[in-house]
Amino acid sequence: MSGDFAGPTWNLLRDAQEIFAYGFMQNAFLAGTVVAIMGAVIGYFVVLRRLAFATEALSHGGFAGATGAVVVGQDPFLGLLVFVCCAGVLMGILGDRLRGRDVAIGATLAFSLALGSLFLTVSTKLAGEAVNILFGNILAISASDVRFVVGFACATLLLIGAMYRPLLFASVDPEIAEARGLPVRALGIAFMVLLGVAVATAVQVVGVLLIFAMLILPAASAQNFTSRPSSAIGFAMLIAVGCVWLGLVLGFYLPYPPSFFITTLAFVAFVVTRQFGPSRLARGRRILASTPADEHRSASRTRGAALSR
Amino acid sequence: MSNDVVVQFENASVAYGRRTIWSGANLQLKAGEFVGVIGPNGTGKTTLLRALLGQVRLSSGQITVLGKPPGRGNPLIGYVPQRRTLGSDLALRAYDLVLLGLVGHKWGFGPASTAEKTAVLEAMEAVGAAEYADQPVGLLSGGEQQRLLIAQSLLTSPKLLLLDEPLASLDIKSQHEIVHLVEDIRRERGITIMLVAHDLNSMLEMLDGIVFIFRGQLVAGSLDDVVRTDVLSELYDTPVHVHVTDDGHRFVVGA
Repeated sequence: MSGDFAGPTWNLLRDAQEIFAYGFMQNAFLAGTVVAIMGAVIGYFVVLRRLAFATEALSHGGFAGATGAVVVGQDPFLGLLVFVCCAGVLMGILGDRLRGRDVAIGATLAFSLALGSLFLTVSTKLAGEAVNILFGNILAISASDVRFVVGFACATLLLIGAMYRPLLFASVDPEIAEARGLPVRALGIAFMVLLGVAVATAVQVVGVLLIFAMLILPAASAQNFTSRPSSAIGFAMLIAVGCVWLGLVLGFYLPYPPSFFITTLAFVAFVVTRQFGPSRLARGRRILASTPADEHRSASRTRGAALSR
Repeated sequence: MSNDVVVQFENASVAYGRRTIWSGANLQLKAGEFVGVIGPNGTGKTTLLRALLGQVRLSSGQITVLGKPPGRGNPLIGYVPQRRTLGSDLALRAYDLVLLGLVGHKWGFGPASTAEKTAVLEAMEAVGAAEYADQPVGLLSGGEQQRLLIAQSLLTSPKLLLLDEPLASLDIKSQHEIVHLVEDIRRERGITIMLVAHDLNSMLEMLDGIVFIFRGQLVAGSLDDVVRTDVLSELYDTPVHVHVTDDGHRFVVGA
């Protein structure tokens, strides 16, 4: 489709006018922006709760749900949503027992993809749909899909906002949060349901395979250089929205899919931010001093004393 | 008179299913007392703390905390659990971790008020953690993290402070500092302290009593009753020697 264009004029106003002259680009920008903001917020908690791999598994599992729905003549988005939310509830109920169960999660992930491949062969209607489910097709998102995406994303954001402080407490230190009377288990299950909704929504933009780009990388990038929760969420939003907008513009002018650009930009943001900030310092510190920080510090004090003598 | 009693156990027992953890516990702690909780691994020391927090139901008997049965989320109890979760990759400022002790139970979001900020900074000052308020928790040492958790637990002005193995995996200097910090808190605020530990040497001189769990019995005793070669050897089922120096200091040594 981009073959028709001469390319950007580098007059930003004229380029923007050209891009937004198309309904499908308006839809893509609206859906992409909303999903970026939602992904940044939910991703902050995904990283904090160490659920990155579980999120990936949840999303891949969604492939079986989406393809299965098409086989029985239902909307793939509905199948995805139902499947992912149910899997989310299950993960939430398992809760702490899920920690460190990489093999079990991976096995479930592989089985879900296998189911999806079975559904693909069973149904002939799926051939075109499959690539969209796997890699997303944000340029083909319809106006009614956009309404769904905006509705689900706003609902997710509202609910996360409503339980923000208890969820942060329960994510950082579940034992103390429970001792303070917070419903830690219920919060965990509620979060997994919201994560399921977020996954199903974000699949519209980047597909099940590239979900990491929307739900995890922006938040992980922000946490690479700031340890203030509000700043981390704010920067995650900026990174996510920046990746989506730039990805869409590149996808508009170049003959390659936006989900490729969005994912690549998010990956670059992660790699670049990893070179700065606390986690980098932590690694350096661990290499420099194999002793705990206390000892390290008292050792440097002793050295200072010796020098001044 | 009874206002003075902070914790009261009357014939209290806890069982998980058919397995009795401990039973027939009678215990009374008064305001400002500092007791050490000891016993081999898996005997129910953490269960004891969880019973006080209202997270474990008694199978018989009763417990009262500050005159009431244990309830969930009691702000008058400060709790520092056994540490295993705060990883080196936790990108959260020390200040924000402590702040959760004050606002973490409130729904919704929003910036902390000036009064809340002041309270958090004061608590961090009180435990000597103010200098690393801006550092990510994951970069701090075990001793520094313990200080943060103690500061967090003080924010609700508790009358009872439960510390579950706060000295585990700390070096000797940090152990010493944490014990003295706890002692200062007890003295300045009159808070009753229950501290679970395996190594009592660093705090023997400060303790008012010892609670030990042995063969399903939860027993409270004075230091003279418990910190003895015969009692500790039987308790841990291995030779333990209590050495008393000329000036009356006791040291516990695994023989």
